Amino acid sequence: MRVNGVDHPAATDVRRLLSDHLRHHLGLTGTHVGCEHGVCGCCTVLLDGAPVRSCLMLAVQAEGHHITTVEGLAAPDAALHPVQQAFHETHGLQCGFCTPGFVMSVVGLLAQHPNPTDEQIDEGIAGNLCRCTGYASIRRAVKRAAELTQVSLSPPGRGSG
Amino acid sequence: MLLASLEDAKVLAGGQSLLPLLNFRLARPQHLIDINRIGGLDGISERDGGVAVQALARQAAVEDSDVVARVCPLLRDAVRLVAHRVIRNRGTVCGSIAHADPASELPAVLLALGGHVVVRSARGERRISADQLFAGVFETSLAPDELLVEVWFPASPKPHAIIEESRRHGDFALAGVVRAGERIALFGVAPTPVLADPRDPARGLQPSGDLEASSDFRLHLVRVLAEKALAA
Repeated sequence: MRVNGVDHPAATDVRRLLSDHLRHHLGLTGTHVGCEHGVCGCCTVLLDGAPVRSCLMLAVQAEGHHITTVEGLAAPDAALHPVQQAFHETHGLQCGFCTPGFVMSVVGLLAQHPNPTDEQIDEGIAGNLCRCTGYASIRRAVKRAAELTQVSLSPPGRGSG
Repeated sequence: MLLASLEDAKVLAGGQSLLPLLNFRLARPQHLIDINRIGGLDGISERDGGVAVQALARQAAVEDSDVVARVCPLLRDAVRLVAHRVIRNRGTVCGSIAHADPASELPAVLLALGGHVVVRSARGERRISADQLFAGVFETSLAPDELLVEVWFPASPKPHAIIEESRRHGDFALAGVVRAGERIALFGVAPTPVLADPRDPARGLQPSGDLEASSDFRLHLVRVLAEKALAA
């Protein structure tokens, strides 16, 4: 299994969830575990680029696939990923427990809809629960993330920074 | 085949319904058979005037499919009501059918359209029509050694509609109605999806009541949603 660009040996316990494998075996505790039945969205990771619930997959099922966790979005000393930057700028979090899941879902949403409508934003974050923000600032974060992503994808000289 | 030789085995495809049951220890099968590595089982194709969806076709792929949008837009509309996109990235259409949740959209769509499934075992292959498939709550007429390999949805007639009421976006419906031409199927109000008389859709129903909705409220929803669907 390739996690954040690094190959790791296969999980040995066939019953272990991918979420538990990431946290307990690989030490990637940025992937949070909330409900463990696919409702809260905290454990969302990218499987070959598409967001999925890591609590609804067995670790052995990820063999041969690419997993991206929140730790893999930006290198340790590099600039934040545009979606992380947007959550930072718009204060799209309070306690932060749900944030890694939201960030990974929004990365997937923007890959599907680079300029999401308000309805697409609501649809895109509907599978993630936040008990602090009331979602208004998270909606703003998604819009800002779309702007920042456009800028980062623009050819040199066109982006306004 | 593994399914025939193992006692108490469950097939694992998308896992978006089975894994929660395992996590809560509500299901404790002795064996899991993961079919995700079987190649060539994720097709979505136009066939015999309908759409054939194979066992590993993800709900998100069906939602985005040009063939589905053209031939069976009712199926696309229904898939969009299944949970959330992140769940649909992994969940399968065939899995939703085989799981046979009484509150699930896709079994009711299959029933309203009069489609069928193809099941296979070491003994051979057979077709089961939608009206013979759903046997009870989470129960189908598949034998323990049979794998659901394909589901076939006839082209959706005009007019068509799927309307449901749920407490939370993406959650299971308290009650739902599928209209395919002059046929009406209901979900969430009986142990299986059921066909209903468009002139009196709630007749003979005895839906269960729970914390989310009483039996009477579900009957009320059936009448209101059916009226809306018939006006579509």
